[in-house]
Amino acid sequence: MGMTIAGLAMLFGVFMIFWTVWQGIGTWGENRTVGWAFEITTFVWWIGIGHAGTFISAILLLFRQKWRNSINRSAEAMTIFAVICAALFPLIHLGRPLLTFFIFPYPNTRGLWVNFNSPLVWDVFAISTYFTISLVFWYVGLIPDIGTLRDKIKKGLKKNIYNFLSFGWKGSARGWHRHEITSIMLAAIATPLVLSVHSIVSMDFASSIVPGWHTTIFPPYFVAGAIFSGFAMVQTLLIITRKTMGLEDFITESHVENMNKILIATGSIVALAYMTEMFMSWYSGNEYEHYAFMNRATGPYWWAYVIMIGCNVFSSQLLWIKKLRKSLVFTFLLSIVINIGMWFERFVIIVTSLHRDYLTSSWTMYKPTIVEFGLLIGTLGIFFTAFLLFIRIFPVISISEVKSILKTGARHQQKTDLSHDTTE
Amino acid sequence: MIQRNNILISFDDEVPLLQAVRKLRDNKEIITDVLSPFPVHGLDEALSIKRSRIPVVGFIFGAIGALLAFGFQAWVFTVSYPLIIGGKPFFSVPTFIPITFEVTVLFAGLSMVAAMLIRSKLKPEIRFEPVEERITDDRFVILVEAEDEETTLSRIRSLLSGIHTIEIR
Repeated sequence: MGMTIAGLAMLFGVFMIFWTVWQGIGTWGENRTVGWAFEITTFVWWIGIGHAGTFISAILLLFRQKWRNSINRSAEAMTIFAVICAALFPLIHLGRPLLTFFIFPYPNTRGLWVNFNSPLVWDVFAISTYFTISLVFWYVGLIPDIGTLRDKIKKGLKKNIYNFLSFGWKGSARGWHRHEITSIMLAAIATPLVLSVHSIVSMDFASSIVPGWHTTIFPPYFVAGAIFSGFAMVQTLLIITRKTMGLEDFITESHVENMNKILIATGSIVALAYMTEMFMSWYSGNEYEHYAFMNRATGPYWWAYVIMIGCNVFSSQLLWIKKLRKSLVFTFLLSIVINIGMWFERFVIIVTSLHRDYLTSSWTMYKPTIVEFGLLIGTLGIFFTAFLLFIRIFPVISISEVKSILKTGARHQQKTDLSHDTTE
Repeated sequence: MIQRNNILISFDDEVPLLQAVRKLRDNKEIITDVLSPFPVHGLDEALSIKRSRIPVVGFIFGAIGALLAFGFQAWVFTVSYPLIIGGKPFFSVPTFIPITFEVTVLFAGLSMVAAMLIRSKLKPEIRFEPVEERITDDRFVILVEAEDEETTLSRIRSLLSGIHTIEIR
């Protein structure tokens, strides 16, 4: 069922991508004033969602948060799929995806290079590095578990495929030693990487002179927002996964509660950032800046602002109530609300700042078209299709990590029978 | 994969495994390898495995990446094709930093993973014969080198008589 819906959404999106490429980006609602709108919003939204995976696997690993073990694998997979969805947008944006290689510095007959002063070029490097490192990190963690799957299968094509994917994992002491060191070192370098990626994305805006964008608060504000929306998406996915895969004993209520606590923390940082922005627009004494923020809250796009504040600031504060924090149904609904809110946050930042800036004569309104909605729905389809396929094929919970925890935990309880620790 | 002159001792838990490893090493037996379904704490010390130098590899390649990225951007903007962009200086260090950082991380990360795979001799293969099928599930295995199988086997049997083993062969 889920697969069918996701697959149909994906087909719709793929059709819209072809339509965009075939007809040109005139099929979108952008105009000369609002040159960035729906697609950049969706792009930043997906990149933000992609942050939770590496945050969970890298930062929580460095902080020795043991509870991350049952959620990190699926969160990492989520990161990879979200970054793939995000990376589609710059390609579609180009209008001519065949010329994508123009964005990379390569020797050419024109003698020109890309502009290294431009945050858009930094983005290319940041996102491709982030994708590569996340993918490698995820796969290194998967290798021992693929080994387990391999040895469960007797023979046939499936066995050969798992043989191939497991890289001939033996489980030797030195192999484990190197595996552990590599994982921890990857976590150590992925931590600043996570923070850098969304900072660089925020510089696409912050280094311009558009009122409402030109603020120094953007990098930390975007990173907090990214982790906020990423964790919300992890909640959505995990609650579905634990229900459909029967993993109630592994992804417990306390995992959900822990993640809810992170949602309160990051949600509050986001709220503080909104207030700081408002305050600075007044305190700066700059009338353009001041107008941009008044226009956000009271201008023609006030409804988007209300959705943003309602979904991100007020709804996440409800998690202070312990009962709601522990409720799975509430968390599930809230996670969707937060993701809607975070999409609108980017919409508010991008569209309201652009549609009325310095020149009153070019003020205009922006309306999305069906093609643009199609791209959003389509990437959601791609994301969920990929995730559902992933939970069918690979272990959603790191088998070897859970084993080592179960063993130590069981030893604490003085249990003698330790042989029933398989996770599947 | 099991070599002819190796003796295989298997366990169903890590505690007897660690005891056996210590005992064998105290008695000057040569352990070729220890296989386990998850990293066993204390095994590295028991086998006196030296700390891997993979982080050093990461540092060296990270440094190479940093120099390469910074040097390349500087060369492009000062020598190859200096362009005036928004009146900014050609050699503007701050704008080169983001890409330098990203390339550093990329080089360090990929080199460490490559080092791990090469050093542990892991590579994608269609055919693979495990020493013991259950070591990725719930078995722990010690492989001991033996010049003469019969005598070593009986020697190890008597050595490990007090420890709970599943199989010695």
